[in-house]
Amino acid sequence: MPVLVPLAPGLALLIAALVAAVPTPATVRRWAPVAASVAVGAVGAVLLTASGPATALAGVLRADSLSAWMLVTIGSVGVVSTWAGLDRDTGRGYAALLCAFLGAMSLAVVADNLGIVWVAIEATTIATAFLVAHYGTRGALEAAWKYVVLGSVGIAIAFLGVVLIYAASVRSGPTLSWLVLSGDHGLDHGLVRLGAALAVLGFATKAGLAPMHSWLPDAHGQAPAAVSGLMSGVLLAVALYAIVRVQAIADAVLGTGLMRIELAVLGLLSIAVAAALEWRQRDLKRMLAYSSIEHMGVMALGVAIGPTALPAVLLYMLAHGLIKASLFVLSGRLLAAEGTTSLAVMRALLGRRPAIAVPWLAALAGLIGFPPFGIFFAELAIAIAGWRAGLGWAVLVALGLLCLVFTALVRLAIPMLFGTPTAWTSVGPDDRGATPHGAPTGPLLPIGLALAACVVVPFLGGPVGAALSDAAAAVTGSR
Amino acid sequence: MNVILDLCAGALLVTALLTVWRRSQRGVVRVIAVQGVALAGLVAVVAARTGDANDLLVVALVLLLKGIVLPWLLDRRLASLGALSGVGAPALDDDAPLLNPTATVVFAAVLSIGAYAVVTPLLGDTGDPAVRLTPLGVAVVLIGLLAMSTRGRAISQLVGFLVLDNGIAAVAFFSSGGVPLLVEFASSFDLLLVVVILQVFTVRLKAAFGDTDVRRLKELHD
Repeated sequence: MPVLVPLAPGLALLIAALVAAVPTPATVRRWAPVAASVAVGAVGAVLLTASGPATALAGVLRADSLSAWMLVTIGSVGVVSTWAGLDRDTGRGYAALLCAFLGAMSLAVVADNLGIVWVAIEATTIATAFLVAHYGTRGALEAAWKYVVLGSVGIAIAFLGVVLIYAASVRSGPTLSWLVLSGDHGLDHGLVRLGAALAVLGFATKAGLAPMHSWLPDAHGQAPAAVSGLMSGVLLAVALYAIVRVQAIADAVLGTGLMRIELAVLGLLSIAVAAALEWRQRDLKRMLAYSSIEHMGVMALGVAIGPTALPAVLLYMLAHGLIKASLFVLSGRLLAAEGTTSLAVMRALLGRRPAIAVPWLAALAGLIGFPPFGIFFAELAIAIAGWRAGLGWAVLVALGLLCLVFTALVRLAIPMLFGTPTAWTSVGPDDRGATPHGAPTGPLLPIGLALAACVVVPFLGGPVGAALSDAAAAVTGSR
Repeated sequence: MNVILDLCAGALLVTALLTVWRRSQRGVVRVIAVQGVALAGLVAVVAARTGDANDLLVVALVLLLKGIVLPWLLDRRLASLGALSGVGAPALDDDAPLLNPTATVVFAAVLSIGAYAVVTPLLGDTGDPAVRLTPLGVAVVLIGLLAMSTRGRAISQLVGFLVLDNGIAAVAFFSSGGVPLLVEFASSFDLLLVVVILQVFTVRLKAAFGDTDVRRLKELHD
């Protein structure tokens, strides 16, 4: 198994390098990111069935069940985003950067070194900078600038945290391995306290948690659909993964108090910000972006609750990733068909564009927490775990805010899907003066598979349940 | 040896203050080059104390990247932006900070005192003169954040980011003698790429908005 560990980031980065260096036909460029996603997901699936953690490259890389689960999540969300979201016009640089992005995320989840985790997450910013700016409009440029500046500053704060955690380990044998650090061999408590608090705050910027979320709606709203799907679906989850690893160190050294308070506050604040801003959304993609902030908030609350909620958080990551990637891809098709993402203009889509609107409605039902989709079960499990862990107050506040988000999204979706067409609705994309990007049609199979997976996976109690509890146990190093 | 250490640390703080104080963009780019050299000097002292040969590589890396390459890239970009807007356009060169210089320096002083107040108790009673300087690194980080939040021009923001980054590097060298070599190189490479990307965006901003003042980026909102 050790040989597989470097393969996950390695294959994706190799494909990126090949696409960038060698002139390839359009078909190859279109399918290269899909191949990279499949490679990452397949390696993750094999590692998930392995009997124990595998290490490689002198311990710098280490894949336990949690890493394997993250690889599966990255791979499957990647497949949905790239298979459904790309078309024949995929350029060389675009395809290469997407593959590099997938590789950087995979590296982040298999590195047993907080420094390398940091470097990989910063590399995701670098890989996605030009992807966000891809359309070259003023809006895209503004979004990309804010994304890179805020993302880099946030992640720099995380680096300061990592540096302080490293300094805390100097007396007992300097190391950045989270496995060794979370064993607490005489770390300096004061430095760990400040370092972990800063590292979580920094990675939270990248995870889109309020109050450091301001880059997210801009970037996710302006990026091409496939990129938005990947960023919203898995990049945020990968940043949360880094938070989970830092939390394991802080909890081992200081007890659960500090991380629990910090993450619960960040989580609740995120849900509150999303609830407040969803009410007056006018743009479809920004609406989805704020929904990501809300869901990351619930996940952060789950991480705050601790190991009992972690399996639910991991299921949540997969379900949210698949649904959100589907929604962004479908929104991209709507943009191509309608020439706008303005919610004021889009009306009666179920009747006018059923091929896009029917799956969109199904995915939205999953997103706002209807059973039998995975998000419903994950939210329920987090609420129960929170109640049992003595965080009943936080669960109650979160549920109240979730009702607000639910109402806001339903209120926005009903006129969009059912309402009566306005004079503006019948204007074609060419007449709006907007440059249409992408194609209004595309494969529906990946979206169908993603939604089906969200329904089926929670019911596979045996294998999935075991994988999830293994992954949660891996955080404390017990597996 | 300790005198050189203190001198380099002092130079780090003074150059950080200069970047928030000076208005001229070309001026702050020169200051950031001096800061890069001061940081390299500091690493050299730390390296000389430990006697680790790997540390010489780090000294060379810091000197090359932060003292020469990054400031050179920024200076070249300023020159080409000047060419875009007509020779020697004064409007381009002057930054209009949110706070006046005196207020900024007072603010920076308050941040530095805050850094000492928060970080010093965490360090315990160590006899190591380098570890004692850790709060100074944190102060430089905070001044970098201050520069980024009060400056409007794209290049000034980038300089603020570099000050922030130098501060973090200083904290690493003071508190633990530097992060492992692999992480040091990988993070330096990341930094270089971020600066290159932001420079490309600066040119595009200039072309799209006719200006490099990032405070004018207000098209996207709810």
